[in-house]
Amino acid sequence: MTTPPTDEKKYWLDDKRNVCKIIWTLVVVCAGLFVADAFYHKHPYFAAESWFGFYALYGFIMCVGLVLAAKFMRTILMRDEDYYDGGDE
Amino acid sequence: MMNPAFILILGALPIPFLGRPIRQAWLLALPVVAFWMAFGIDDGTYGQVAVFDYTLVTLRMDGLARVFCFIFLIAAFLGNLYCLNDDDPVQQVAANIYAGSAVGAVLAGDLITLFVYWELTAISSVFLILASGTEQARRAAMRYLIIQVGSGVLLLAGALIHVAATGEIGFNHFGLETTAGKVIFLAFGIKCAFPLLHNWLQDAYPEATVGGTVMLSAFTTKLAVYSLARGYAGTEILITIGATMTMFPIFYAVIENDLRRVLAYSLNNQLGFMVVGIGVGTELALNGTAAHAFTHILYKALLFMSMGAVLLRTGTCKGSELGGLYKTMPWTTGFCIVGAASISAFPLFSGFVSKSMILSALGHEGNWFAWAVLLFASAGVFHHSGIKIPYFAFFAHDSGRRPKEAPFNMLLAMGFTAFLCIGIGVYPDPLYAILPYAVDYHPYTSAHVINQLQLLLFSALAFTFLMTTGLYPPELKSTNLDFDWSYRRFLPCVIRWGGRMIAAADQGARRGLLHLLDEILRLVNRYSGVEGTFARTYPAGSMVFWAVGFLAVFLVLYFVG
Repeated sequence: MTTPPTDEKKYWLDDKRNVCKIIWTLVVVCAGLFVADAFYHKHPYFAAESWFGFYALYGFIMCVGLVLAAKFMRTILMRDEDYYDGGDE
Repeated sequence: MMNPAFILILGALPIPFLGRPIRQAWLLALPVVAFWMAFGIDDGTYGQVAVFDYTLVTLRMDGLARVFCFIFLIAAFLGNLYCLNDDDPVQQVAANIYAGSAVGAVLAGDLITLFVYWELTAISSVFLILASGTEQARRAAMRYLIIQVGSGVLLLAGALIHVAATGEIGFNHFGLETTAGKVIFLAFGIKCAFPLLHNWLQDAYPEATVGGTVMLSAFTTKLAVYSLARGYAGTEILITIGATMTMFPIFYAVIENDLRRVLAYSLNNQLGFMVVGIGVGTELALNGTAAHAFTHILYKALLFMSMGAVLLRTGTCKGSELGGLYKTMPWTTGFCIVGAASISAFPLFSGFVSKSMILSALGHEGNWFAWAVLLFASAGVFHHSGIKIPYFAFFAHDSGRRPKEAPFNMLLAMGFTAFLCIGIGVYPDPLYAILPYAVDYHPYTSAHVINQLQLLLFSALAFTFLMTTGLYPPELKSTNLDFDWSYRRFLPCVIRWGGRMIAAADQGARRGLLHLLDEILRLVNRYSGVEGTFARTYPAGSMVFWAVGFLAVFLVLYFVG
């Protein structure tokens, strides 16, 4: 890791408050999209698609599940970076 | 009728002898000329060559071949532009022969021509990995070559069985009913990175050079997708295989540290979508597969280009050592985000108009399980390719690195590719027009747009939630065991163990035999040795004495008788 020069220009994202703004924007947009489910005509192929907020909840739950499962996989599958160096073939 | 493949393959040969400016112009002109040629070819078969009793069809153009031929030539152009400043003629020759042979394979109308190009893609592409020059790359390249050539050998074996059984050498629908069909299926499956046959991809692609990976990402696996679509459309097991392919690589992608390897895992996941489309086999599904291959080649190349630029400027592609690069590489960041949005299938980006065709085809079939898996994989791919790649490379914690922006030709290649990604997303009609079957599909319905945004933005929310709560696994320097462990560690271990066992058994047997020999020699020695009963020596005098004695006795008896 190198240290950047201290007199460097400050970027918009360097300010923690702006990162907060982005997160809150995302939350508001998500809330809007969730509510939007009541206002359009669905053409479902499967019954699950007509459940209220199905896509939103599916996306959220599956992603959290994915990351936690992958995190657990690390305990079994993770080795040193040079695990294969010199040993294989 | 000139085969566009020849333009690239033969055009590659003079590259080492050209001066730099002419070489650069030449590299850009080759794919353009080849594309112009391909554009002018109507449906039909050309370039027939009679060999013994068989007629090889070296050029067959139809709807399916055309899409893949076009996108391969576009990818060759973008790849050449990206690598324009490399002063490495070996790589440039290899890359163009590789692209040319992929085009040749797509246009092949018979199995023998297919086999020749199939092996040529393997042999030419390995130079893109070897060119990295590291020991690690050399080993990965050898593993890659063995597996790729192995796939070709299986293809040849399958072709010979097919010819023996049917007397036909045409490259058409096979199905899994015959032995030849099964063997060829395996050959295609290896190149398509089916589950458990997949590891050559994640192993070799991230070891290739900056430009090499961009080239590799376009051709080999999509050639396999094309071949499967040609030979196995509607083969139901492909739905299961494809769904598995979409799912398991994303778990690895989440914990992988090398960002180009993350992209290799997500490439594998995207292939799964195409394979599912082939398995469904309806016109909509096959159109979806062809369209997805087209868009995928572009956004995957774009993502590999942006990570290549990062690797070129910082010397590393590891998430744990990057971050904050947006400050000095803003263009690369922007192009990477376009690629990320495209692979995630955001509305107005290319993935949206192609991936949804495959999901809709599954919907029409009523296959809810595969549909749910693909939906999960869609959320997952956004998670690791859409968010993780740009986030850990360009944002996240500031690594303090302040690299220069990517070279101009690379930015131009990325800009061009990004333009195509957005262009197809906004106006998909030209893409739909070249698909194998007539298209009656409208991606931009309010339900589809809202559902997709819900899926994606709530996945983003999940990422934000996991990051802010600290639950997200940090990027760590590590190697994650995948199936290649079986042939890089387990099998060598078994072989070594087997070798030791054989050595021990051999030594034991030798020792036992020697012991037995010793015993025999000892016995021989005892009876026939110097002191042995049978080897005792007698003086000549006593012999004479006894002989005379016997004669005397004989004489006496004679007289008496």
